[in-house]
Amino acid sequence: MSGRFFFEVIPRSVYPFSRTRRPFDRMNLFTRFLFELQAITNLLWRSIKGLTKSPRYFGEIINQMDQIGVGSLGIVVMTGFFTGGVLILQAYPTLAYYGAQSNAGQGVATSLIRELGPVLTALMVAGRVGSAISAELGAMVVSQQIDAMRALGTSPARKLVTPRIIALLITLPLLTIAADLFGLIGGGLVANQLYGLDTNTYVSSVRTGTDINALVTGVIKPIFFGLIIGLISCHKGLTTKGGTVGVGISTTQAVVLSSICVIISDFFLSKLLQSALDSTLF
Amino acid sequence: MVFDVWKSGEVLGEEELCGSHATVINERRILPAIEFKDVELAFDDQVILDKVSFSVRRGETKFILGPSGTGKSTIIRLILGLLKPDSGRILIDGEDITDFDDVELMRIRKNVGMVFQEGALFDSLSVYDNVAYRLHETKTPEDEVEHEVRRMLRFVDLEDAIDKMPSELSGGMRRRVGIARALVGNPNIVLFDEPTAGLDPPTARTICELAIKLRDIEDVSSIFVTHEMNNLEYISTEYAILDREGNVGFELEGETRCQLNTEVLMLREGKIVFSGRDEPLRHSDDPYIRRFLRGK
Ligand SMILES: Nc1ncnc2c1ncn2[C@@H]1O[C@H](COP(=O)(O)OP(=O)(O)OP(=O)(O)O)[C@@H](O)[C@H]1O
Ligand SMILES: [Mg+2]
Repeated sequence: MSGRFFFEVIPRSVYPFSRTRRPFDRMNLFTRFLFELQAITNLLWRSIKGLTKSPRYFGEIINQMDQIGVGSLGIVVMTGFFTGGVLILQAYPTLAYYGAQSNAGQGVATSLIRELGPVLTALMVAGRVGSAISAELGAMVVSQQIDAMRALGTSPARKLVTPRIIALLITLPLLTIAADLFGLIGGGLVANQLYGLDTNTYVSSVRTGTDINALVTGVIKPIFFGLIIGLISCHKGLTTKGGTVGVGISTTQAVVLSSICVIISDFFLSKLLQSALDSTLF
Repeated sequence: MVFDVWKSGEVLGEEELCGSHATVINERRILPAIEFKDVELAFDDQVILDKVSFSVRRGETKFILGPSGTGKSTIIRLILGLLKPDSGRILIDGEDITDFDDVELMRIRKNVGMVFQEGALFDSLSVYDNVAYRLHETKTPEDEVEHEVRRMLRFVDLEDAIDKMPSELSGGMRRRVGIARALVGNPNIVLFDEPTAGLDPPTARTICELAIKLRDIEDVSSIFVTHEMNNLEYISTEYAILDREGNVGFELEGETRCQLNTEVLMLREGKIVFSGRDEPLRHSDDPYIRRFLRGK
């Protein structure tokens, strides 16, 4: 890696924003990782800057929120519902064995709101929305629409990336809440219908499980996940190369990479939030 | 509007002066619209442009000829700053854009219209929205937008397709929508990347007339990449004039006027092998050029 390369390319290129030359193939994995990280940070910076000046594409944000949020509601609700159900299904017999079945709701609430709700929702959205974003942007790159956009004086970061990321930041927490709610309902139904647990017992147990820490954790996480999914999918889409095959590759990479990043960052976020929240008054 | 484009030719008048360069230099034209200084570009190990220098004067149309893959589209992408050269300088209207960042480039690009080789229409937008793109970005009032879009579409004879989506258009129609989109907002530099490829001769002719009109009446500087020799023929031998009613007419150069605002640049393996007016090109003895012009 020559010095020239670092100084000339890092400041503002790597990325579709100037030179299309990216001798990535010759780099080792670590350098490549650094470059991708740099490019993603660059993209984040550009999309934030996209907010500070007009034109701001509010219409586009609403449009994306509709596609991402409303469009994903169905699968997210189903995921939540059945996850909640299966949690009770598996945990109830054990709880009953220890005579702790009245705490079933608490168990579901804790695991759903803190962990499963945010992570599963993020994974579903990564699959559905991440792939759509990178495929769409990738196709635009391949058919030179991104170039045309820049040639017509629009910044693709501002017009395409910012609205998508903002839409994800807003809708993912909402979707997560929906998943949590339906998960609790699913759990309640299974507890009540299959195991004959009294609904009031379940509800009050759920309330014990939903303390403020859990709620804060459950909302902060999806915001991060939304950022991760949005940035990675947009980055992968915008750096597509090599025709339609390239679109396929970048779509796959976007989904795989954002799913893995969601899962890995979930661990660290959990740890971080745990220490942060435990040390505060809550 | 601006007549002095060919007036310099008119002043010279006589046929025999046709081959010489214009001696009447207008102050305004001293700064070239586009200038390349020793531009080098390589993709990995493949050298595409090897110290290419040329300039396009204001109101001039520069043809770029050369075999497929010699870097004609690359030159156009460099002008827009979509690509950065490895070395050398690129100036647009006297401003050195080589090291411009995206924000500064956006300002330059506002005055540059580009017709992409493949059309590059936004396929999620209708023909209307594609053509209106630039105006929508600048928040122009909708009635003005509509007026302008219809005018441009009439220009390329596609007013009927205004509500269609790009996927419903033929290749030639897309190209024409791309032209309309590039010309909205009256850019003073227009880059045509093979605008007539795959079009029927009358439509191709319309597009050449458009280029002539832009050059002679709107004083637009342009780069015209093409493989079609009749495009060169039309554009380098005809000029446009406005009559008293404001109608545009086309006349062949000849007795009274001659065309000085069209030059040709020929590329071969990253180097410029010919630069100058069309007549010397046609009469060139260089076997490579002869072969290129006649195909054998
Ligand atoms: N992004 C890229 N990465 C690597 N090589 C590239 C890239 N873009 C273009 N090239 C190469 O640069 C050369 C010039 O391409 P360019 O598109 O400018 O050709 P052209 O003169 O416009 O050809 P045509 O007449 O077929 O349109 C080609 O050999 C091409 O392989
Ligand atoms: Mg080309």
